[in-house]
Amino acid sequence: MVEKFDAIVVGAGPSGNAAAYTLAKGGLNVLQLERGEYPGAKNVQGGIMYAAELEKIIPDFRDDCPTERHIIEQRVWLLGDDSYIGTNYRSDAFNTDRPNRYTIIRANIDKWFSEKIREAGGLQICETTVTELIRDGSGKVIGVRTDREGGEIHADVVIMADGVNALLAKRAGYQPELQPQNVALAVKEILFIDPELIQQRFGVKEEEGVVIEIMGKVTKGMAGTAFLYTNKESLTIGIGCLISDFKAGQCPPYKMLEDLKAHPVIKPLIDGAEMKEYAAHMIPEGGYKAIPQLYGPGWMVAGDAAHFNNAAHREGSNLAMASGRMAAETVLELKAKGQPCTAANLAAYKAKLDQSFIMKDLKKYRNLPSVLHGNKQFFSEYPDVINAAAHNWFTVDSVDKKTKEKQIMGSFVKTRSVLGLVGDAIKLVRSVR
Amino acid sequence: MSEPSKPQGRKFQLPEHLKVYKDVWVIVEQERGQVHSVSLELLGEARKLADKLGVAVGAVVLGEAGPDLERICGDAFAYGADVVYRVADPVLKDYRTDPYCRVMTDVVNAYKPEIVLLGATTLGRDLAGAIATTLATGLTADCTELDIYMENRSLAATRPTFGGTLLCTIQTLAYRPQMATVRPRVMAMPERDDSRTGRVVDVFPALAEDSVITKVLSFIADRERNEAQLAFADIIVSGGKGLGKPENLKLVFDLAAVLGGEVGVTRPLIQAGWATADRQVGQTGKTVRPKLYIAAGISGAIQHRVGMEKSDLILAINTDKNAPIFDFAHLGIVGDALKILPALTDAFSRRLSVNRLAS
Amino acid sequence: MHIVVCIKQVPDSAQIRIHPVTNTIMRQGVPAIINPYDLFSLEEALRIKDRTGARVTVLTMGPPMAENSLRKALSFGADAAVLLTDRKFAGSDTLATSYALTSAIRKLAEEEPVDIVFCGKQTVDGDTAQVGPGIATRLGLQQLTYISSIDSVDTQAREIVVHRRSEGGVQVLKTALPCMITMLEGTNSIRFGSMDDMFRAARTPLRVWSKDDAAADETKVGLKGSPTVVSKVFVPKPKAEKAKFIEAEGGTADAFAAAAVEAIFAAQPKLSTDLLARAAQG
Ligand SMILES: Cc1cc2nc3c(=O)[nH]c(=O)nc-3n(C[C@H](O)[C@H](O)[C@H](O)COP(=O)(O)OP(=O)(O)OC[C@H]3O[C@@H](n4cnc5c(N)ncnc54)[C@H](O)[C@@H]3O)c2cc1C
Ligand SMILES: Cc1cc2nc3c(=O)[nH]c(=O)nc-3n(C[C@H](O)[C@H](O)[C@H](O)COP(=O)(O)OP(=O)(O)OC[C@H]3O[C@@H](n4cnc5c(N)ncnc54)[C@H](O)[C@@H]3O)c2cc1C
Ligand SMILES: Nc1ncnc2c1ncn2[C@@H]1O[C@H](COP(=O)(O)O)[C@@H](O)[C@H]1O
Repeated sequence: MVEKFDAIVVGAGPSGNAAAYTLAKGGLNVLQLERGEYPGAKNVQGGIMYAAELEKIIPDFRDDCPTERHIIEQRVWLLGDDSYIGTNYRSDAFNTDRPNRYTIIRANIDKWFSEKIREAGGLQICETTVTELIRDGSGKVIGVRTDREGGEIHADVVIMADGVNALLAKRAGYQPELQPQNVALAVKEILFIDPELIQQRFGVKEEEGVVIEIMGKVTKGMAGTAFLYTNKESLTIGIGCLISDFKAGQCPPYKMLEDLKAHPVIKPLIDGAEMKEYAAHMIPEGGYKAIPQLYGPGWMVAGDAAHFNNAAHREGSNLAMASGRMAAETVLELKAKGQPCTAANLAAYKAKLDQSFIMKDLKKYRNLPSVLHGNKQFFSEYPDVINAAAHNWFTVDSVDKKTKEKQIMGSFVKTRSVLGLVGDAIKLVRSVR
Repeated sequence: MSEPSKPQGRKFQLPEHLKVYKDVWVIVEQERGQVHSVSLELLGEARKLADKLGVAVGAVVLGEAGPDLERICGDAFAYGADVVYRVADPVLKDYRTDPYCRVMTDVVNAYKPEIVLLGATTLGRDLAGAIATTLATGLTADCTELDIYMENRSLAATRPTFGGTLLCTIQTLAYRPQMATVRPRVMAMPERDDSRTGRVVDVFPALAEDSVITKVLSFIADRERNEAQLAFADIIVSGGKGLGKPENLKLVFDLAAVLGGEVGVTRPLIQAGWATADRQVGQTGKTVRPKLYIAAGISGAIQHRVGMEKSDLILAINTDKNAPIFDFAHLGIVGDALKILPALTDAFSRRLSVNRLAS
Repeated sequence: MHIVVCIKQVPDSAQIRIHPVTNTIMRQGVPAIINPYDLFSLEEALRIKDRTGARVTVLTMGPPMAENSLRKALSFGADAAVLLTDRKFAGSDTLATSYALTSAIRKLAEEEPVDIVFCGKQTVDGDTAQVGPGIATRLGLQQLTYISSIDSVDTQAREIVVHRRSEGGVQVLKTALPCMITMLEGTNSIRFGSMDDMFRAARTPLRVWSKDDAAADETKVGLKGSPTVVSKVFVPKPKAEKAKFIEAEGGTADAFAAAAVEAIFAAQPKLSTDLLARAAQG
């Protein structure tokens, strides 16, 4: 006999977990399927978690959620060949009872979240890959098939939270293939290090953490960014670039990460650390324009699978959790009203998204991906001249300041021309306006 | 060897009635008249421990009466035993847990040794686990180092744990005897001294074949099955994943053939089906201690390392100068094994053939 | 037929690291798995179930989180699971562990006599290979360790024939049930359960037993019941010297090989005479 559920959630990442938890908490009979050996087994995240969205789902998550450090300082660095120029913002006001951002080890969070889902009454099955959606004669999704013998399972609605590849939606023809210019490939390592050293090198206390966002020459002119985060007893370091660039470029991702680790301003921070884990994962960075069809008869898609990712602010898991929650709430509302999960009824999901920060933010940055992609000077020449300018400015060598200003402006114009500079500024501003 | 540290946290006074336990014993493992070399290695080790404690070394020899058993008793003296407990009975001809366990339990209870050592072999580990239970005492498995903590005459048995990433020292404080099994090829083989003799104590067990439920239908010796004899090879050439393709394992076989040695491999090669399991060296394979170990395309993971690091001379060939194997190999070549192996085969065969002409 | 399979949840030793600074073992983030050796025994038990319709109960002693391993064993096809968990068990060595497990097996046998107990050959954390023999001895089961194949199980005559690995070869043994078996690694590979197995595994209620449920004597478990004491845990000393790298003029393979042969014979003069002697004999 084929088992039947109120809802099936595919995937146990942040979006799937948010959906499954909300549904279970709402009293529905929910099945969550995950292909990994355990929740989080295959998941990759740099490691910043934003509290706001999780708080909406599990208000008292801070009681037992295995976060690493809360963030009290944010640095943004532009790397030259052997230098950086950057900004830091640090505030003791981040030391509150309810910090807003935490570094995390993703596998720990996923496991914790899954536990909560089980406690709420959700049924969770791991090591089982959903291979396709099952549709009835009218095209309505009525369940899924898995890779296990006797793998057909039915449900009133299927929420696809299966991550950036969104294979299910693609296989069903709901989404086009991923475009290389819309996905970044990120590689990262977790490096074990004595917590004492973290405290010393970053000037923080045991619970406090620092985020460094990095741009510059390490990406070798490709559109991409890097990061370094402090965990409890480890550091996470990573770098990512658009797949289209990797394809064209000569430098493979792991080499880029090696170069980053060897950079003279990064190396002292990670010295003596031991590699614990290496991972590579894709990030959907196409932004607003890449968002696919989000719902249909008997199905919805959430999280990375729906391309909900704000590359400019490195936000992903919060969009994932928010969209997963909204998808679940849509189902709960329909169930309460005794209405079926038709395409027309599930349009309420899209409406929720439109009113939320998800769609608003993604719309705001809709042009950013193409601007950065089409204007590689942001990743090659700018880091160079800006670092050189800073070097010039801060070197006391009896050259008068006015001459220095001229030299610096000259170096900018030489690389990019006045028109080019102004044009770049306008493009950037426009794309984020 | 440094003095073992004082056991922490627990009372370690030996109850009065257990103080009569004396002597260091080795249960000599023999199969079809062949003594397992680990038993001889252990006699050497037992000698050192007994000398420290000022007691005698006892060897327990079990089997069917006959010339083989006599020869083995002689071997036991030659390798360091002071007393041989000779247990001859037809029921003990082939190893079976139940009769061996019954006899050993009785012998230990009768003669009260303070330490009982066995090889960490299929026989030793099978039997030790059983008799430690009947004797209700502590047993430390698969040890790589033994010592005496003099303050209370306790055996400090050191062994790898967590797949060799850690070592731990274990002691049995308030129970006797203290038991340990020891990995083959870890302790040095003592010099044979045929002038040594000692006392023989004959034990007459009350065994009847009818009382033994398990029957040996047949025995298929490895010698007849063409299995690799890695454990006893003087020279081993081993290949790892760095060889790239199964075909390239031939280069390893070629070099081994010229050197008259055996071929070993790492576990991934077994898992990929390049070679049969009897060639695996390491924690879950064989422990080897050859005079020369050549490692080609092997990273030197701890699980592999624990199986071969006691080799007299290790030459490693690896393209990565930072490969962990170079941390414990004696000689290293940073280079492509696919090129170096044939060159080594050539160089050795030339060296050896030159000599043949000269002699 | 009733088969009990003892499994242990262990940290995946392949992923264990030593903290570079504190020199302690880092378990954080190390996934817990079923002891890999236990899977060979579990699969063999399931094969006997396939052939004879036997009931398979998995049993573990461990902390509450060991539930994961039991569920996983159920998902492979086991019928029932018992978690033996009690603070009083903490610190048990193999003697105490085999005692505790034996108590639980006796309890299970009261419900349905146990014909075969399977254990793993050894664990990857403790790595003692003692618990199986301990259980067999306590229960008076025929002890069959290092089994490479089970040739036949005759439920009528209550006889079993197996191949057992010994140092110099393979013993073919015939014995009577009940017995305790540990399987050699690589003898089979664990199955991929069906969707039904997955649902059953997720829904089967675990039987969670305390020391008292298993009628285990407090003085025989935990630290109290353990004769052995771990007096020291430490990281193996790295060898002081790294390998001496062989240099070769021109860097050709032949140059390296020639230099290596010289270095080997220089380091091991005896080896060179042995080899040459052997070569001279032809
Ligand atoms: C290097 C890196 C750094 C990042 N840093 C941050 C950061 O600092 N902050 C932040 O907020 N976001 C960050 N992100 C983004 C964030 O990780 C993602 O946006 C988020 O994980 C998306 O969640 P999700 O649930 O949609 O998808 P996923 O987390 O990818 O989860 C999908 C799940 O579905 C499972 N699955 C897939 N297919 C199937 C199938 N067919 N059947 C069953 N199960 C299936 C997968 O195994 C997986 O568990 C980062 C991403 C990367 C790669
Ligand atoms: C519980 C457990 C038990 C295990 N037991 C064992 C065991 O008993 N025995 C065992 O061996 N392993 C065992 N392992 C596996 C072990 O952890 C390692 O994975 C394994 O030893 C690695 O094998 P390798 O060196 O062949 O491969 P790799 O680690 O992949 O190393 C290949 C090496 O070859 C080098 N290389 C590449 N190309 C070339 C070339 N052309 N020329 C020269 N060098 C080259 C590379 O630089 C690299 O160092 C066990 C693991 C676990 C978890
Ligand atoms: N805590 C435990 N719970 C259940 N079975 C165990 C436990 N410890 C050991 N065993 C069994 O005994 C076998 C040998 O373990 P060990 O003696 O620790 O190497 C394991 O493979 C298991 O089958």
